[in-house]
Amino acid sequence: MLKPLIRRLIEMTVVMALVVTIVFVIVRIAPGDPAAMMLGPDATPQDVADLRVRLGLDQSLAVQYLRYVGGLLSGDLGQSIFLGQPVGAALLARAEPTFFLTLFSLLIACTIALPVGILSAYWRGSLFDQATTTLAMFAASVPSFWLGLVLMQVFAVKLGWFDPSGYGGPGAGLGTRLHHLVLPAVALGIVSSALIARFTRASMLDVLGDDFVRTARAKGMSEWQVVLGHAFKNALIPILTVIGLTAALLVSGAIVTETVFGLPGVGSLIVSAVLRRDYPVIQGALLVIAGLYVIINFVIDMLYLAVDPRVRY
Amino acid sequence: MAATSTSMDAERGILAGLLRRPPAVAGLVVLVVIVALAIFASQVMPYPPGQLSIRSRLQGPSLLHLFGTDEFGRDVLSRTIHAGRISLAVGGTVVVVSALIGVTLGLFAGYFRRLDPPLSRLIDAMMAFPDILLAIALVAALGPSAVNVVLALGIVYAPRVARVVRASTLVIRELAYVEAARALGVPTPVILVRHVLRNLASPVMVQGSFIFANAILAEAGLSFLGVGVSPDIPTWGTMIAMGRQFMDQAGWIMWFPGVAIILSVMSLQLLGDALRDLLDPRLSRTT
Repeated sequence: MLKPLIRRLIEMTVVMALVVTIVFVIVRIAPGDPAAMMLGPDATPQDVADLRVRLGLDQSLAVQYLRYVGGLLSGDLGQSIFLGQPVGAALLARAEPTFFLTLFSLLIACTIALPVGILSAYWRGSLFDQATTTLAMFAASVPSFWLGLVLMQVFAVKLGWFDPSGYGGPGAGLGTRLHHLVLPAVALGIVSSALIARFTRASMLDVLGDDFVRTARAKGMSEWQVVLGHAFKNALIPILTVIGLTAALLVSGAIVTETVFGLPGVGSLIVSAVLRRDYPVIQGALLVIAGLYVIINFVIDMLYLAVDPRVRY
Repeated sequence: MAATSTSMDAERGILAGLLRRPPAVAGLVVLVVIVALAIFASQVMPYPPGQLSIRSRLQGPSLLHLFGTDEFGRDVLSRTIHAGRISLAVGGTVVVVSALIGVTLGLFAGYFRRLDPPLSRLIDAMMAFPDILLAIALVAALGPSAVNVVLALGIVYAPRVARVVRASTLVIRELAYVEAARALGVPTPVILVRHVLRNLASPVMVQGSFIFANAILAEAGLSFLGVGVSPDIPTWGTMIAMGRQFMDQAGWIMWFPGVAIILSVMSLQLLGDALRDLLDPRLSRTT
C-alpha cells in the first residue's frame, strides 16, 4: 500500500512541476513585450518600463522562473494588473458561483445519467436502450453555451421564470443566488450527463454478465437487489472515475456558461483577464485549475488502490 | 492490428464495415452533406452571405429566407453555409496539427524506452488543463486569429493522440516482424516509418474523428467568447455570439448555427464510434 502511494506521489509531483513550467512558458511565448501588450498602444515607454520592472520582466528568464516558483511555494500566485489585488484573493472571491455551478451541474448530470445508464444496460438492446443511447449521443454534441442560450430564451426571456443573467447583485440571499444558477446548471448538467450515462451503461454491461451476479440471482435475491446491490456496486469504481473527470470537464463548460449567464465566477474572471491581457490572473487560474485536476486524479487512483485489491501500480 | 493486408484492401474493408452499421451510415450521410455544402457553398447559397438588406432585417423563417434574416437583413441560411466553411476548415486543420504533434510525441515515447517517462509525464501535465482553458490561454498569448486558434487547439488535443499512439507503439514494437527487422539491422528511422507508423493509422483515425468533433465545439466556444477568430469572420460560434443580442425578437439567428454544430459533431462522433468498434473489436462490447 505504501510503495505505490509513494510512487504515485513522486509522479504527481513531477506532473505538477511540469504544469507549473507549462504555465510559465505559455505566458512567455507571447510575441512582443507582454508589458507593452497589457498596457495597449497608448502607453508611454516609461509606463512600459515601469510595468516590466513590476512584473520582473527585466530579469533573465531563469531568474523570472525561480522567482515565480519561489512565490508559488510560499503560496503567492502573483498580483493582478487590473484588479489591484492578489490573484489568489481574486480567484477566491469568484469561487462561489463556479463551485455551486459545478456542484449542481454534476448533481443534475448524475440524477439523469445513473438511472438511465443502469436501466439501458439492464434492458440492453431494447427500445429504451436505443433511444437513450441516441439521446446521449445527441446531448454530447450540443455546445453547452448554446443550450444555455436556448434555455435562457425560453425560460427567462419568454416565460420570465428566471433572470436572464447575473447573480442577484451584491447582498443577495442564498436563495436568490441559487435561483440564478438553475438555468446554467441545467444546461451544463444535461450536456455532461451524456458521458456519465455512457460509462454507467458500459460498466454495468461489464458486470451484469459476471458469475457473482448469476450467483446472486440463484440465491433468490430480488432483481432490484441484484442490479443495485451487487452489479452497480461493482461497476461503481469506473463510474466514480468518470464522474471525477466530468467534474474537471465541467470547469471548461463553466468558463463559457458563466459568460453566457453573466455569473461573476472564475470562468468570467478568466475571460475578462484574457480580454484585458491580465497575464498574472490567466497564469494563476490555469495553475489552480490544472492543479485541482492533478489532485483529483491522484485521489481517484488512491481510491482504486484502497477499494479494489486487484489494482496494483 | 488492422493493416496486415495492403492498405487499399483495408480501406475497402473499413468502408464496407461502416456501411453495415446504420448509425455510421447516418453519420456518414450527414457529414458528407455538410462537407459538400461547405465545399460548394458559392453554388448552393441562396444569397451572397454578406448581402445587406435593411428593409428585410430580423425576419422570421419564410419561403424567401428559410432560416430567416439577421439584424442586417442578411440571409441566415447562406451565412450558416458560409460559416461552415471556416468552422469545418478549422476543425479539420486542428486534426492534422494535433496528429502531427501527437504522433511524433507518442511514437518516440512508445518506441524509445528512455524517452517514455519524461514524455509521458509531459503528456499527463498537458492533459491536466481543460481544453477550452488551455486554448484560451494559448490564444491569449499568441494573439487571436484563425491560424492561432488552429495552432492552440492542435496543441491542446495533441496529447490525446500521443496517448493512443504511445499505447499502440508499445504493442507494435514487440511484434515479431519488428524485432526481426531490428535483428536484421534495419535502421531505426526506417523501422519507425515503414513498420510502426503504418500500423498507427487506425488508432489515429479513430482519435481524429473525436478530435474533429471536439475542435468544432471548442472553436465555437472560443469564437463565442470573443477570444477565437475575429468576430467579423462568420463561423458558427461568432454567429451565435451575434445572434444572442437579438434572442428576444429573432431567436433563429442563433438557433440554426447551433443546429449545424450539433449535426456536424454528432455525425463525427457516430463515425468515430463505429470506426473504433470496427478497428478494435475488443472495445465493441462496451459500446
